[in-house]
Amino acid sequence: MRLFIALLALIAVQLTGPVAAQSGMPPAPYAYTQLEDPALEAEATALMHTLRCLKCQSQSIADSDAPMAGDMRHQVRSRLLAGESADEVRDWLTQRYGDYVSYEPTVSSTTWPLFAIPLLLLALVGLVLLRRLGKRGSHADGAA
Amino acid sequence: MRLLYLIPLALFLFFAGVAGYQLTKPKQTAIPSQMVEQALPEFELPPALDGMPGASRADFVGGKPKLLNIWASWCVPCIAEAPHLERLKEEGVEIIGIAVRDRPEAVSGFLSRYGNPYTRIGADDISELMLAVGASGVPETYVIDAEGNIRYQHIGDIRENHVDLLLEKLEEAG
Repeated sequence: MRLFIALLALIAVQLTGPVAAQSGMPPAPYAYTQLEDPALEAEATALMHTLRCLKCQSQSIADSDAPMAGDMRHQVRSRLLAGESADEVRDWLTQRYGDYVSYEPTVSSTTWPLFAIPLLLLALVGLVLLRRLGKRGSHADGAA
Repeated sequence: MRLLYLIPLALFLFFAGVAGYQLTKPKQTAIPSQMVEQALPEFELPPALDGMPGASRADFVGGKPKLLNIWASWCVPCIAEAPHLERLKEEGVEIIGIAVRDRPEAVSGFLSRYGNPYTRIGADDISELMLAVGASGVPETYVIDAEGNIRYQHIGDIRENHVDLLLEKLEEAG
């Protein structure tokens, strides 16, 4: 009896199909299909990890299952296949969405403090450490 | 020298303060398109349903400035903006629709329930045009001038108080 119910449940699950898709439309051709050329696919994957999903903003398009991320992966793969370079595809998206679409921090007029402040803090810590250790060293010398 | 010890505490309080302040603000998720004030990219989309023409860039060139409305039948805020699009149509605005990842039967079902303010509807099955104009969701509405340039972007559903603003922007683009 239990087996029968389990079987029935399994059939029911098969019948309902995917409900997660927003529109019930099939995904874009290259949303979930890899490129045939492994080298090109590797380039596409590397690029997709550096592009932000616009719908789910804390994921790259490589990680996201949002329909729009799928459509962006399709753009990346089909453009690379058409002979565009990874930089050209990246620039095409940046022209439209600005730095926002980049999931890889780049130094720009607005982001430079992110890179400069840690270096500044590190230099400060180094300076303090040097002074303290230097002092201790001279104390030790004095004691000896 | 003693004051130096307070620096970490001051830094911590500064960051805690910034984080606390940000928590009180509503989350800002809209991503403005960088394509505003640029030419509408070349595109040609097939009709989204039987009995209506599809949409292409050429449809925007010439005549008066028009609205490009990116929407979908599965998009809930699109239902809310339907009456306001209807009002814009009554004001004499030509609205060209782009149905994103949509089926013809779903599109015609939506139009018969909530009205049809469009003169044309193109089917954007793979968000091609959406990405080309820098849209990051549905609905979004763009003011396109008679030369085919993008002049203004409205992110999210058009509410009652946006109708006059859009009419103003269309006027400016003319």
